[in-house]
Formats: sequence, C-alpha cells, structure tokens
Amino acid sequence: MAYKAVIGLEFHCEMKSHTKVFSPSINGYSKLANEYVSPIDMAFPGTLPVVNKTCVRKAIEMAMILNCKIPEYMEFDRKNYFYPDLPKGYQITQFYNPVGVNGKITIDVNGKEKEVLIHDIHLEEDAASLDHYYNTSTIDYNRAGVPLLELVTEPCLHSADEALAFLEHVRSIYQYTDISECDTKKGQIRADVNVSIMEEDATEFGTKVEVKNVNSFDAIRQTIEYEIKRQSKLKDEGRYDEVVQETRRWDDESCTTIHMRSKADAIDYKYFREPNLPRFKITEELKEDIRKSIPELAYERREKYINKYGLSEYDAGVLVKSKKVSDYFEECLHLGTDAKSACNWITTRVLAEVNKSEDTTIDDVFVRPNMIYELVKLIEDKKITNNQGKEVFIHMLEDHLTPKEIVKKYDMEIIEDEGLIDSLVSEVINENSQAIEDYHNGRTNMLDYMVGQVMKKSKGKANPVEAKQKLLEKIK
Amino acid sequence: MNKGIVELHNELKSKKTTSEELVKESLKLAHDCQKLTNSFVTILDDAVGSEVTDDLLSGIPYGIKDIFSTKGILSTGSSNTLKDYVPFFDATCVKNLKSHGAVAVGKTVLDELGMGGTGTTGHTGVVKNPWDTSRMCAGSSAGSAASVAYGVYPYALGSDTGDSIRKPAAYCGIVGYKPTYGMISRYGMFQFASSLDTVGVLSRSVEDAAIVVDGMKGIDENDMTSWDSSNIHLYDSLKTVKDKKLFYIKEVCDIENYENPSEELIHHLENFKETVKKCESLGFSVEGISIDKTLLNALPSVYVVISCAEATSNMSNLTGISFGPRGNGDSPKEIMKNHRTVGFSPLIKRRFVIGSYVLQSENQEKYFNNAKRVRRLIVDKMNELFEKFDAMIAPVGIGPAKYLDNSKNMLSEDTAVLDELLQIGNYGGYPSITIPNGFVSNLPVGVNITGKVKDDQNVLNIAYTLESSMEYKNQLARREK
Repeated sequence: MAYKAVIGLEFHCEMKSHTKVFSPSINGYSKLANEYVSPIDMAFPGTLPVVNKTCVRKAIEMAMILNCKIPEYMEFDRKNYFYPDLPKGYQITQFYNPVGVNGKITIDVNGKEKEVLIHDIHLEEDAASLDHYYNTSTIDYNRAGVPLLELVTEPCLHSADEALAFLEHVRSIYQYTDISECDTKKGQIRADVNVSIMEEDATEFGTKVEVKNVNSFDAIRQTIEYEIKRQSKLKDEGRYDEVVQETRRWDDESCTTIHMRSKADAIDYKYFREPNLPRFKITEELKEDIRKSIPELAYERREKYINKYGLSEYDAGVLVKSKKVSDYFEECLHLGTDAKSACNWITTRVLAEVNKSEDTTIDDVFVRPNMIYELVKLIEDKKITNNQGKEVFIHMLEDHLTPKEIVKKYDMEIIEDEGLIDSLVSEVINENSQAIEDYHNGRTNMLDYMVGQVMKKSKGKANPVEAKQKLLEKIK
Repeated sequence: MNKGIVELHNELKSKKTTSEELVKESLKLAHDCQKLTNSFVTILDDAVGSEVTDDLLSGIPYGIKDIFSTKGILSTGSSNTLKDYVPFFDATCVKNLKSHGAVAVGKTVLDELGMGGTGTTGHTGVVKNPWDTSRMCAGSSAGSAASVAYGVYPYALGSDTGDSIRKPAAYCGIVGYKPTYGMISRYGMFQFASSLDTVGVLSRSVEDAAIVVDGMKGIDENDMTSWDSSNIHLYDSLKTVKDKKLFYIKEVCDIENYENPSEELIHHLENFKETVKKCESLGFSVEGISIDKTLLNALPSVYVVISCAEATSNMSNLTGISFGPRGNGDSPKEIMKNHRTVGFSPLIKRRFVIGSYVLQSENQEKYFNNAKRVRRLIVDKMNELFEKFDAMIAPVGIGPAKYLDNSKNMLSEDTAVLDELLQIGNYGGYPSITIPNGFVSNLPVGVNITGKVKDDQNVLNIAYTLESSMEYKNQLARREK
C-alpha cells in the first residue's frame, strides 16, 4: 500500500570565506592535514572565538532570500558534548535565536510550484575530521571551525523528488550568492534526513526516523526512497511498532540505513549562550545594505533569458543550472555576442566539453567568452562559414589558439575576391558539361555537386552560398 | 624589591641599580618565598634584565599567575591536566607587559584552574600565608598575593571570577584591583567562567595597580568582550579626591545583624567602621543603605550556578586529546574520561557535576536561567545605587585570613553573604579594588571599593585617597622585627 511520506531536511553547507568562522585560520580545502590551524581551532587554553563578520553577513543574506524573520540581535550558543573531533568540547552554534526563522520559498518540482517552509537557518562551526584506520584514528583540524550554515525545513516535503528539487534550488542559491560552492567532492554538504509515513488521510504524523550525515544528493534520494520503502513494508506487515524514533545512518555499500542510536540515548546538549561573543545588533541599515547586495539568482536570470533574449525555456534552464555556465553566458553577452548564437555555442559545443569528465567545469575549458564572441563575429561578418566555425572550435581546443589565430593558421578565411570566385565557377562549368546537362534534365543535386567542386578548388574558402548563386546565374 | 614601581624606576634611571640586579634579587626572594609559602609553580631562574626606557614598567620584575598562557614557559593552571603544558603563545596582557619591558620571574600557584577560594587545591600543594603560615592566602590568586606580600616583586598578575584577586589581597595585606570587565583582554587567560572572568593585578599600592593596568589594558582583536579604553590613563589621572558619595550595605556590615559573631568578625567590622569614619573625615559622605535580604542571600548560590555552568563547558577542552597528558583507554571516550578522572581534583569534579546538572534541559530553567535572572536583579539594584553614589565600600571577607586547618575556622550560615559579597563586582563587571585597612588578630584585613562600569578612575581615586590617609601602603609580610 502507498502511504504519504513526510520528510524534513537539515541541510548543512560549508560556507565560502577567507577565514574560519571564529578564528583567523584560512578556510580552505587542503589534502595536507592540519595545514590551516590556529590555537583557537585546537582549543588551546585561553583562546577565544572572534566572529567572522563576512559569515554573519552571508548568513543574514541567506535568511533574507529564504524570506525568514531576522532577529534583532545576532547571538550564539554552545552545544556541549564530548567527541575527539570537537576540540573545545562544545560547538558554537545558534540554538535559541537563529539568524532566520519561519521562512518559505517557492520551488519548481517537475514543472509544478511547491512552497517549502523553513523552520530556521543558523550559523555554526564545523568539527575536525577523523580518519579511521585498522587500530588507530587520526584527527585533521583543517575543518575545525569552518563556517557552516544549517538550514532546517519544516516536515513539509512528501517525496524524494520534492526533497531533491528543494536541495537543488537551495544549492543554486548558495552558488549564485557565492555563499557556498556546495561541492560534494570537497565534502561541503551534509544532510540529516527525517522521514515518516502516514495514511493518506491521517491527521497525525507517523514515527519519525532520523538519518544522519548523508553527504551527497544521490545518497539523500536513496535514503528517502529506502526509508519510505522500509517503513511502508513494516506497516503493511502490521509491524509498524518496529518503526521507532531513532537515529540511523546511510550505508553506501549496502545501500541501506543502519541503526545508530535510539531516542533514549539522545544526548542532552545543555545549550546555553556563548558568553565570549557579545550579542550584535542587526540594524535596519545593515539589513538594507545586505538586501542591496543580493545578486541576480538563477530563476531571475532564467526569466530574463526567456523574456528578454527569446531563448527557449529549455535552453534558459540549461544555462542557469550552473552559476559558472550562466556567468560564462553573461560574459559573452557583456562582450556583445548575440544571445542566441552564444547560447547555441555554449549549450552544444562548450557544455559537451564540460560533460566529458566529471572533474571538468566550464572554467577548465580553453574556449573563453571572448573567443565565443570572436568566433560568432567571424561568422556574422561572413569571414568564415558556419561549418568552418565548427572546425575552428575543434582546432581551438586542440591547438589552444584564438579563433582568428586558427583561421590564419589553417588558411580558412573566405575568399572575398569576386573575380577569383567567378573564374573558379567558370572553370567548374567548363569541366562539367555533362553535369550541367543532367541538371537541366532534372537532376537538381548536380548543382550541389558543382558547388562542392568550387569549394574544393577554393580549398573551402569560397562562400558556398555565393558560389551556388553564381553557378545558377551562369547555367540558366 | 620592597619599593614601588616609580621608586624602582627612578633608581634604574639614575643607575643606582640595574634591571639585571633587580631580577637577580627578585629571583633570590622568590626562592626564599617559595620555601616559606609554596607560592610558585615555576621560578624562571634564567630570566634576564631588560632595557630600561622611560617606560615605568621597563626593567622591573613581576609575577604571573599560572592561569595565563606564556610562550615557551610551563603554564599549568595548577592542574594535573596541564602539568606539562608549554604554550606557544602569550596571553595578550603578558604580551602587553613584555612590550613595556617588564620582566617575568615566576609563575604563581592558584586554586586549580582558578576554581576555589583557599589557595589549597593547586597541583603543587597548599599556598601558605606569609604573615602566618598556619593561615591561608585565600584564592584563587594565592601565589601572586603571597609573593607580592612577601616582597618578591612590586606586583603580580591575577584573575578574578568571584573575588580571586580581591580576597587574597586582603588576606595578605596588599592591594588587589579587578578592573571593569573587558578592560584587559582575556585572551590567553585559561577560562573559568567567561561572563565573570577578569584580568587584574595584585600590588602594594593603588599607584602601582594603576600603572600595571595601564600597561595591560586595551581593546584586543582576539577578545570580542574587550573595549577601547585609550582615553583612560589611570596613573596619570590618579589624585586625591573629596566630596565622593559612598554607601555600604547595612545588612552585611552592621554587627547587630549577626547572631553569634566571632571575635574576629567583631573586630573586622569595628575596623571597617573606623575606615568609614576615616572616609568621612576625608570629605566623603558614607551612607548605610538596605538591600532586600532575599536578594543578598541569593548571592552565593547565583555564583555557584553561573560559574559552575560556564566552567563545566569552558573546561571541556581538557580531554588530553590535542594537548595535556593522554589518558588510558580503548576508545576515545575512555581516553578522555581517564584523563579527566585522573587529572582533576575532587573539588573541580564536584563543580562540574553541579554545572552539568544546572544546564541539563530539564533543570536549566529552574537553576541556570533563574540564576541569570537574579544576577540581573542584583546588577539592576547596584546600577540604581550607582546613580546616586560614586561607589560601594565594603569589608573584605569575614575577618583576617582563615586557618588552613579548616576545623579552626568559625563558619556560620549568616556570614556567607559577607564572605561572598565581592562577587557583586563580577556580576556587573564593576571595577573593584581591595586595599589593606588594618589588623585583626595581628593579621591584615582589607576594605573594598566597588564602582560603576568603566568608572575605574573614580574607584582608584577614592581608594588612593583612603590609602594615603592610612599607614598600610607598601606594607610587606616580611616585616623586619
């Protein structure tokens, strides 16, 4: 039997910033352990936290985008527990007065609008990372103190599709605002997924199961689908009492969720106000200043591409999916490239390059927006043909040269000397009397054959349209 | 070494002595003092003199409570959990004094991690009072108080969370000054209770206290609770004043409010009233005011709840994982547990239990939040009084230094509030200074002046005026017989 699923997400995302959220160490990704560490990150006695103002601004910005209520003061709390990856023995977070509460945002789920309710969003610090070996574990403090934004939804999502659409939407906002790269490969996102099921017409929620630390979009989808299946099966079999309020984890190898701890073992975090960080007034001026700095977001760009530049919904969607791609497109426009041409080159040729490997982003493609502009201009000015354009593009990737340099290197420029084309056309006519006769007898494809001959003689540099026209005039 | 900073500075400038000689003398005295009182965790025998400049602090030795992080120098917090810990950075206040050319010669004993008021719980043993070694120094800045009273150097650093500077100062017959909260950066001071912790100084004169705090204070980018005091020059503005309005709290200062007062309490409060009279003769007005007894009675428990709660969290970094001796065990949890079980004394553990208890979600509202509310009520009451008065004057403690043998101490419930009264200074972050004001049982006793936030100058000037009218300035425990 199919039940109604109720899903709530706690989505943690590492923020982009120069320094960590409470220390002056670099917030960066390094393969070398313990490279970005200060005495504060390791909680040496006497060290104190100093809040990173940029992170505070960005947290307020995100709260605004999610239409949250912003509190009068920025305040932090301590979440106390012992774990080897937590140097202070507490995490500085926002428990009592988060930077944003009661927000909502409209997302698109397979073409349908859906309003997602935000319980709260808060700024906190990450813990160190542990690596476990056969009989030993190591601690890497690079991640200790990295700024995190945790976004908590209300239990208002009802399928893996909705959850994923929401997460994609949020990721796009993070990327467009430059708040986070949301790069799963760098471990920048983690989600706690709460799933319960209930009868379609029931009024009370079922038993909530929490799955902690799911760290990719794929795994989040699988977790939700697995939990709905698991819980539904138990309910179908009359064993719903076996669904208990517990914390589980997603296991990548078995593709199942595994019990971690029951509710009875829940830790009392003894939250209380962090006394080392005086509360900070969020003034109207500050809010106004931040509001003004919110950049154009994906859905706004998408509207613009469709309405202002006449792109198809599909193309607009492809362009805004990644901020980097959209920025690339915007840069082409900024240089004066025709929007539709730029869009065609990007969505076909450039993205084909990007999609060749998982590790490639548009930044890695040799062809830059200024080269797209140059290429489109060469075609518009009829210096090269469309087909030649495609060749030029391939050569650019291989030779790492600009379009003009390619055209020069391969001697591709269209012959503009009309006399020369005239003489080539005459030559072809003289050499192909049979073909002309066939043409007049109805074999119209003979014309294309002769255009091909002209092109051959010109080494591809004649304008085929022009050649065709001249041929037609002469054999009439 | 029995001289004040200005006098020493003049001798250095006039080449009557050198920094090298002062440091040598100070180190010798430190060893003598150590034999008598056990004041030091570390005596820095390889300390060398520094260049003498126009800076009053240059070239002059001083002591540092072992709760401050000192670069390359053992910093234990008088706890076994940190018994081998050598930090690689200086506390901001130590760094500031270094930049003034001051020379540290020793790290002094405290009650373990600042928690305790007896000077008896440090991992290196009991600190004895240099006036009478059967008596305690109080704490937690016990070693700093004893060594300054002994005359090892003109001043030593202290920290004050409840009365940790101001009570040992009284017990040792010296000056103890806790400035306004945040005037001196706490960066590098091992945290006890962050909302109460204050860096300060123990010295033998108000003048020296002013000079040293001038040298330590200032806004610090590493401590968000520090504030800019660059317009305050405590020493330059130090002067005798009159026409100041003082108040004392009748409920704790009038002897008739005690049922069976000890002889020492009787003499202590008589002596206090003498000081009050002295104040009046100096042109101050002193008024006895009343504060709701219920509010006063709540003082000690508010302190226990707030300080233990913050302490249990602050000291959760002591796990032996990234520093400190690694505990034994098969899992990280056991390793941390072993480190803490072996490392902390029973007193500390008891405070952690209390701290955890009052923070538990089911208890937090009843204990922790209520304690914060009562703290607010006390501070509101004090602020209201400070609208009318320049400062509060109060006797420090319930008499002279208590006996180390606790069975000899007269303890009763109705003296608890007076004994813990100075905690008010930490609740409101008020500037507060203790100066010696006489003797009871041949031992020194102290009087305290507490004023409003950031009004340190006024508080110091009142204390300076009072000090000038008495004969205890620069007194040493090591009195020549």
